[in-house]
This record gives sequence, C-alpha cells and structure tokens, in this order.
Amino acid sequence: MSYDVPREENEVDPEFAGTQNGFPLWEVFVRAQRGLNHVHVGSVHAADAQSATQAARDVYTRRAEGVSLWVVASEHIHASDPDAQGDWFNDSKPYRHPTFYEIPEEIGHM
Amino acid sequence: MTRTEVDPQARFDEIIEAGEKVEPRDWMPEAYRKTMIRQIAQHAHSEVIGQQPEGNWITRAPSLARKAILIAKVQDEAGHGLYLYSAAETLGVSRHELNEMLHSGRQKYSSIFNYPTLSWADIGAIGWLVDGAAITNQVMLTRTSYGPYSRAMIRICKEESFHQRQGYEIMLALVNGTEQQKAIAQDAFERWWWPSLAMFGPPDDQSTHTEQSQAWGIKLETNDELRQKFVDMTVPQADYLGLTVPDPELRYDEDSGHYHFGEIDWDDFWQVVKGNGPCNRERIAHKTKAWDDGAWVREAALAHAAKQANNSKGAEK
Repeated sequence: MSYDVPREENEVDPEFAGTQNGFPLWEVFVRAQRGLNHVHVGSVHAADAQSATQAARDVYTRRAEGVSLWVVASEHIHASDPDAQGDWFNDSKPYRHPTFYEIPEEIGHM
Repeated sequence: MTRTEVDPQARFDEIIEAGEKVEPRDWMPEAYRKTMIRQIAQHAHSEVIGQQPEGNWITRAPSLARKAILIAKVQDEAGHGLYLYSAAETLGVSRHELNEMLHSGRQKYSSIFNYPTLSWADIGAIGWLVDGAAITNQVMLTRTSYGPYSRAMIRICKEESFHQRQGYEIMLALVNGTEQQKAIAQDAFERWWWPSLAMFGPPDDQSTHTEQSQAWGIKLETNDELRQKFVDMTVPQADYLGLTVPDPELRYDEDSGHYHFGEIDWDDFWQVVKGNGPCNRERIAHKTKAWDDGAWVREAALAHAAKQANNSKGAEK
C-alpha cells in the first residue's frame, strides 16, 4: 500500500465489503438499437448503480454497440431451476402451433 | 420426465454430445468447472497484463494518430479482460480471488507478455503476430462448450481484427521507410516470431490438457493444428512485407500444402513459463502496484455509495 490510513472501528475492508469482491456485481443489458429488447451482455463490479452504468458503458459499448443500457444488481436476478427443462419448458401441446391444423389448399394462405 | 429422474452427468454428456452450450447454472463435473475457471482466468489475466508491453509505447508513438490508435487498442485489452473475468465469475469464483491468484502467481498469463517491447516496430509486430496468433486460437474458442466463454470470445473476435490490421499497417509503413526503419521491422519480427509460435502451447504429444479439453468440447483443434494454421497464414504476409522468417528450415511443402517449420526452443518457453523470462517480475510488480495504488479510489467509491444510500433512506422517513 502506498499510504496508511488508520481504520475506524468496524470499518470494513473494501475488498470484502458487502460481497466477497468488495464492489457488488451488476448485470449489464444493452439495447442495440431502438425497437429491440435490452439483451444481457455480461457484468461489471461497481460501488453503486451510477458508477455501474458508467463502467458498463466503458466496457460493453466502446463501438456504439447500443443506444441504451440497463444495470441490475446481480443479487436481484432470480432464475428458474436449470434442471427444470422437462417440467417447465416442454412443448407438449402441439395444437398451440398453427401447423397442427390442416386447411384445404384451395383456401390459399391462412 | 420429473426432475428426480435426470442423471446430471448424463444430461451434461448429452449437451456436449449435441454440441450445445453448457450454461452457468447447469450441473457440470467438478473437473470441467475447474478447467474452465483455470482457462478463462488465464485468458483474462493475459488480456490485462498484455496492456503493459504496448502501454509502454503510448507516450512515444510516432504520431498523434498512432497514439490514439494505440490507446484504443490498449483500452480494448482492458475490456477483453473484463468480459473474461465476468465469464469466469459465472463459475462461482470471485473477482477478488482471481486478482489474488494473479498477484500471487498461483494463476498464470500467456508467457508472450513477458518479453520486452524494445522499439516502435515491436508494436507493429505484436499487433500482427501476437494478436494474429490470439485470433487463430480465439476463433476456435467462439465454438467452445461453455456459453459465457463462447459469447465473450465472439465479442472479443469482433474487436481483435482491428488490432491485427493496425499492427500489419505499422509494419507496412516501416518496411517502406528508411533503411533504419526496415532494420527495426526485421529485428522486431525476428524477436516475436518464435514466441508467437510458442503461444499455441506445447506440441500435441506433450500437451497434458488437450485430450480432456477436446472431449469436453472446450478445445476443438489441437495446439499443433492451430500453430500450423497460423504459420500458413503468416508466412505469405511476411513475404509481402519483404521480411525474412528467422527459420532456416522453413519451406513450402507442395504435397501437403503447408509450410514446414523448424523446432521451437521449448527450453526457453518453459523458462519463461516458470517465471524466468525477461519481464515476469516487472509485469506482476506493476500490476500489483496499480491495484494497491487504486485502493483509496475503491474505498472512496464505496464510502460515497454508502453515504448516498443512507441519505436516500433518511429522505424516505
């Protein structure tokens, strides 16, 4: 360390504050152009939402890859069970698809 | 199918077999996770340390345009490091641990960055050869089996092409310049040629990781295959520049359609891997110092964030 500042009582080491990493983790979403969804691109570490947005801009949009950014604290992302494939994401109802129905050719495009 | 019936190993094998991607919250063999962390971390560290040899020439770039380009390139390297750290963290390792492992030497970075950049021509040679070799490897890795790594590679490959082209353009300007400029171009080429070939790692018969990595779909081509691809691509580019490849054994083999090249000095390679290269200590000392010197900034940012959070709590009451 290049300097030495005495620690206050209960002061937290910044490298371990809040999370193991010091700075909390933020997930970054970029809207590539107007009319498209924000898409997840990765993450950054930052002390707060404002600096996370700035860091996301520097890391993920150096070549105008987007027109808008979202950052979301990673701890606020809730995900489905990765093993839930069969239960959750099955496609057992073929009648939900248009190709299930046979329409006479004479009708033309429908 | 209910959840209890799914054998996680079978499901993992199925994903690999089908050429699909493994995603962060999927079950994966512990050894796969460890290999992936090791490889992505080494890759990330390489991008970060790789800023040093080139950053060395920012203040001495021969024109404002070259300086702006070099700054943009070095910024990209930082960005690439961050994409990769972000991918590594999805495997459950923290940024703090990754930093620690780099600083303490428990994780390595590519040995290529332990060579010094002695003249401006080195900046050209690095962009052309070192980034060229990296691209050869990284294009393969865009198809690697771990989703976040693959996506980071796609992003990186898009940006890397500029790095190689700006390097080649520097070489082109030098070989069309004065006798002295031609001489530094040849000198830099000679110093970076062999280390660039060594970047692909030990020969296949001595590579301890290749077989398992291929079975897991992490690596899709072997070290020797990638090295050959790079040589075949690069020799004609050197010919165009009028530079002489520092290898008396180099010749084009009509039958195979490939260049035959001489034996790499693996003793030198292992010396550098083991920490005895020209710049190993300097690189880590510099990195560690930058991290320590930045501690007050991180502390201030956290203090500011805590204060803002406190203030807004107060305002709600």
